[in-house]
Amino acid sequence: MNEQAAKTSLYDWHVAQGARMVDFAGWSMPVQYTSIVDEHQAVRRAAGVFDVSHMGRLRFDGQDAGRFLDRVLTRRVIDLPLGKVRYSLVTNEQGGILDDILVSQLETPSGRRYYLLVVNAGNRDKIVAWFRSLLTPADGDVEMADRTVETAMIAIQGPQSVQILKQLVKVDLDKISYYTGVVIKSFARPCTVTRTGYTGEDGFELIVRAEDAVEVCSNLFRAGREMGLKPAGLGARDTLRLEAGMPLYGHELSEAINPYQAGLGFAVNLQGRSFVGADALRRLQEDVDQPKRIGLELAGRRVPREHYPVVAGGQSIGAVTSGTFSPTLDKPIAMAYVRPEGAGAELAVDIRGRLEPARAVELPFYRRSQRK
Amino acid sequence: MKPEELLFSETHEWVRIEDADGVKVATIGISAFAVELLTDLVFMELPPVGKHVAAGEEFGEVESVKAVSPMYSPVDGEIIEVNRELPDQLEMLNQDPYGAGWIVKIRLTDETVLSKLMDFGAYQKQCAEAE
Repeated sequence: MNEQAAKTSLYDWHVAQGARMVDFAGWSMPVQYTSIVDEHQAVRRAAGVFDVSHMGRLRFDGQDAGRFLDRVLTRRVIDLPLGKVRYSLVTNEQGGILDDILVSQLETPSGRRYYLLVVNAGNRDKIVAWFRSLLTPADGDVEMADRTVETAMIAIQGPQSVQILKQLVKVDLDKISYYTGVVIKSFARPCTVTRTGYTGEDGFELIVRAEDAVEVCSNLFRAGREMGLKPAGLGARDTLRLEAGMPLYGHELSEAINPYQAGLGFAVNLQGRSFVGADALRRLQEDVDQPKRIGLELAGRRVPREHYPVVAGGQSIGAVTSGTFSPTLDKPIAMAYVRPEGAGAELAVDIRGRLEPARAVELPFYRRSQRK
Repeated sequence: MKPEELLFSETHEWVRIEDADGVKVATIGISAFAVELLTDLVFMELPPVGKHVAAGEEFGEVESVKAVSPMYSPVDGEIIEVNRELPDQLEMLNQDPYGAGWIVKIRLTDETVLSKLMDFGAYQKQCAEAE
C-alpha cells in the first residue's frame, strides 16, 4: 500500500492540537495528542472528542431499502423503528463475519426516510462491493450512496457528554435514549446525532457535512473545555473499547470467525428469517467445539499482545487477539480465542517465551455505573 | 547530567563513561526522546547482575500501554549494577532520564565500540529526521 493516506476534514485541526498521526485503514488519523492514559481517563471521568470520520457511512434510500438490508444483515431491519440504531453483522454465505456495523433508520428534516449504515473503515470498500454484488433488480427501489467523504463523524464520549452537547443543540438530549438518533439542524446545518459509541461510556456520535467539522469541534471545546473535555486519539479508543469488551474487526472479528464464537449471538436473529449466511449460522449455532472469545486478566504488569499463545496444561489452546494495560483496572487485560478444553483450566499467556498466569473473566472488563 | 555530556546509540540508549580506578564503567539509560515516544510506561524488565552483553544485544525491555520495546546495549561488557528502584517508579524516566532514570551499569570489555556512538548533536539530528 503505497497510496497516500486519506485525510479527514479534521486533519489540520489534529495537527494543530499536537496529535501524533498514524496511517490507519488508509486514513491518516491521530493516535494520541498527549498520552493514551490521559485521554482514556478524560473519557472515563469527563469527556473526550474523537474524529471517527474514517468510518464508512453508507446511505440507503428507496422504498425497498429496508427489505434489501434485511436480506443482508444478521438482524431484522424491516421492523426497525424510525430513530432507532441497531448493532448488526454482515456475514458471508459461510456465516463468517464480513463486518460489524450500526444500522439506523433516520428522517431528514424535510421528512425523507432513509437507512444509515456505519461500517468499519478498513471494510468500507469490501462492504460497498459486497452490497453491489448482492443488489439485483428484484430488490426493487434501493439506492446506495457512500457518504463517507462528503461527511465527517465526530464522537463525544464520557459522563459529561450530555452537559457539553446540550449547549450546542436545540434538541432535548434526554429524549435521545441509548441507541437512538435524530437528524437535526444545528446553526442551520444538518447534523445527525446518535447516542452511540465505542468506549463503554455514555456519549454521542455526530455526523456533519465535512466542511462543518472544524467548526463543530471548536464549538464542542468552547462548551466543554472547562468540564475537562479533551481530544482523544485511536490509542485511547482502543484501550477504552477493550475495557468495554467490544470486539474490533481485524482482531476479534474476521471472515474466519462466526458470530457465535465471537459472543455476538445477540446480534443474529434467525427467527423466521432468511439472509445471506443464515443457513450456515443455523448449523454453527449448534457447534459447541469451536474456539470462543474470552476475556483475560493477568496478575503481573507485562502486557499480552496480539498473537501471543494462551496456554493450559502446557498446551497452546488459543491466542490473544487484543491486549493492553487497562488504565482503569491498573492491570493487563486481553481478549483471546480459546478452544473449549480450556474452560475452567489454569490459564497462562506466553509472553515472549515466559508463561504469565492469566484468569478468564466475564466480559466486559469495565461497566460504567448507571445513573437513575 | 546534561545530554551534551553523553553518547547515544541509534536505538535511543545513552551512555556515560566513567573511569573507576582504571576500570571503564558505562552507565546506560534511554533518551528523553525515546521516553516521549513511548509514553504511558507500565513495565520495565532489567537483566541480572553479572550478565555479559555484546553491543547491539538486548539487555531488557520497556513496555508502554501501546507496545513493548527492547532495550539494546550500546557497549560490550558485564552488567555490574541495575537500577532496582526504577521499575516501580517509571516516572523517573520522564522526570530525569539522564540522571535518576539510569537503567544499568556495564563494565566495558571493549572500548572500540564507543567510536560507533553519536554525540548529542548527531543524535538530535537523527531524531529530527525520524519525525
